[in-house]
Amino acid sequence: MKNEYLAFPFEILSIVKETEIDWTYTVKYDGPLVGGQFMQLSIPGVGEAPISISDFRDGSLDMTIRKVGRLTDAIFNLEAGDSLFMRGPYGNGFELSKYVDKHVVIIAGGTGLAPVKNVIEKLTSGEIKTNSTRALIGFKSPDDVLFEDALKRWSQDHEVTVTVDKQPDKPWNGKVGLVTEHIPTLEGYDIEKTEAIVVGPPMMMKFTTLALLKAGYLPQNITVSFERNMSCGIGKCGHCKIDETYVCLEGPVFNYTTAVKLLD
Amino acid sequence: MAYQLSHEMFDRYLAALSATHRVFAPVVKANKNKLADLDLITYDEVSGADQIIWSEKSYFSPKEIFYPIRETLFRFVGKEAFVPEVDQKPMLILLRPCDLNGIDRLDQIFFNNGVSKDFYYERRRKLVKFAVIECTEGFDSCFCVSMGTNKVDSYDMALKYSGDSITLDIKDETLVPDGYSFGANEDFELDFVKSNKTKVELPDFEGVDLNQVFGHEMWKEYTSRCIACGRCNTSCITCSCFTMQDVFTDDEKMLSERRRRWAGCHIKGFSDMAGGHSFRDKNGERMRFKLMHKVYDFNKRFDKHMCVGCGRCDDVCPEYISFSKSINKVAKIIQEVKHEK
Ligand SMILES: Cc1cc2nc3c(=O)[nH]c(=O)nc-3n(C[C@H](O)[C@H](O)[C@H](O)COP(=O)(O)OP(=O)(O)OC[C@H]3O[C@@H](n4cnc5c(N)ncnc54)[C@H](O)[C@@H]3O)c2cc1C
Ligand code: SF4
Ligand code: SF4
Ligand code: FES
Repeated sequence: MKNEYLAFPFEILSIVKETEIDWTYTVKYDGPLVGGQFMQLSIPGVGEAPISISDFRDGSLDMTIRKVGRLTDAIFNLEAGDSLFMRGPYGNGFELSKYVDKHVVIIAGGTGLAPVKNVIEKLTSGEIKTNSTRALIGFKSPDDVLFEDALKRWSQDHEVTVTVDKQPDKPWNGKVGLVTEHIPTLEGYDIEKTEAIVVGPPMMMKFTTLALLKAGYLPQNITVSFERNMSCGIGKCGHCKIDETYVCLEGPVFNYTTAVKLLD
Repeated sequence: MAYQLSHEMFDRYLAALSATHRVFAPVVKANKNKLADLDLITYDEVSGADQIIWSEKSYFSPKEIFYPIRETLFRFVGKEAFVPEVDQKPMLILLRPCDLNGIDRLDQIFFNNGVSKDFYYERRRKLVKFAVIECTEGFDSCFCVSMGTNKVDSYDMALKYSGDSITLDIKDETLVPDGYSFGANEDFELDFVKSNKTKVELPDFEGVDLNQVFGHEMWKEYTSRCIACGRCNTSCITCSCFTMQDVFTDDEKMLSERRRRWAGCHIKGFSDMAGGHSFRDKNGERMRFKLMHKVYDFNKRFDKHMCVGCGRCDDVCPEYISFSKSINKVAKIIQEVKHEK
């Protein structure tokens, strides 16, 4: 009998402070992963929570963690050389083969960028050969911007729009306004043949997908990723269930045609 | 093989069986009922025939015998995790047909939902054998006949209780203690409830826009009546949800535990997420979620309804909310929706 709840310690190799409250932890890891999957991350005695794998490579993976409560507070006290406990990976992740030779638009809001970071890396680096890859990324303010170096790198050869919710007090060379306000600028390609990925807070995803449909994107070409309360990651605890669907098993990545039918 | 035993003989059989099995049955606990100063019928280990309550329904279901309310998954000593051992003695649970069917529903989640089996559930569950108590009358709130769970396909033992004698049908030979002899063989046929006082009509959601059901006025009544106490979840034989919980047992020595405890979709916080977002804030929405899970969603995954009509949720609700009535209301609404089309 395999005990799927067993968590094992993994060494923290480095920590990057993206913002005041979002830090990226790189941990030693070997094994197959798919962008969009998540780990059950824990510290014994403190707690366990689902955290997306924001990026990975041979020998290590990244998780970008926002400090919001008991477990994440404790994780922020750890240093390189310490261990994080993990089990997983869980969830389906993004199916990247469908983006080959397509026009792709990725729209992310805030920490929603984490689960698609690896996807954007693969599409912009040419590992997955698309016709075009564009990203539209929204943050609350310039202080909330994640993955600054990666954003610069992606924008060298690709159309990357970074926007903040309100006109900031300090100098800002990105755009201003919610991501939905910038969807009309995503033109110039055959919209009916363009694939879109939308990840972010529930309201952002709702209004972004509606705006995309209005702009002419086809429902079957839109992919979203959900977050729900999760305690097990393996279809047992019941917390992530929506209708007959378990987000930890059949998700967190869903085609819009499925996602739109999920009623909480 | 079936045997007819007197009360005394059955008592001696239980004593002999207890050498190899822990036997669990409905028992009475004095003044334990939270609703009033009454006795509570609940499950516990028994050693004699006198302790067994044959003629009443237990307030709690037998699930907690092998799926405890709270369970330690690991003890951590620093970075090392230790899995606590469990008693390896086989168990025999006396229960009614609805509950045996309910345990099949728990099995579906813990064994068949997703690719992983639940280690903690499995290690106790495989020690459990079932003795079905013949149930021909049911109780006021039962609706097992409507759910098709008044019958069982298989059992390890069946029991007919008739006041002064008990007839046993033993299918699993390990339930016959070594060197034990019962006397003459009897014919045995297990009888079942044929009709309940409470009947439900299962809603046929086929071809219906679920938005019309989810957005319906009927849920508002439950928002004002349900107090989110979660008793309907904890008493239900088929509710399987849990939440993980970590605790330090000794800070200095770095001793800690990871536990899980039952959780319920009616209880506040069940779907709360970081950042303050939550789903189904209104109690009526939770009632709807539970109902859809019990008589629609589960069936789509496992080809049978989760609810087995044991009626406990109706028995225990402090606000007298009736689940069976709510199912019938939904069935009526579905008919109206279909009629309007
Ligand atoms: C598939 C998935 C991927 C995620 N990816 C990331 C990520 O990449 N980075 C990141 O920072 N966060 C991510 N989260 C959210 C992360 O799980 C929560 O922030 C984390 O549970 C908070 O734990 P805590 O102990 O620090 O907070 P707590 O002290 O537990 O509580 C803070 C708040 O979070 C809620 N909460 C508790 N447990 C969960 C849970 N299991 N899921 C959701 N909310 C919960 C509480 O109800 C409370 O409102 C993801 C969640 C899911 C479901
Ligand atoms: S929902 Fe109510 S009637 Fe159905 S199995 Fe659970 S407690 Fe019994
Ligand atoms: S329906 Fe009744 S038993 Fe269930 S949570 Fe509401 S008040 Fe409690
Ligand atoms: S996270 Fe437990 S069932 Fe999905």
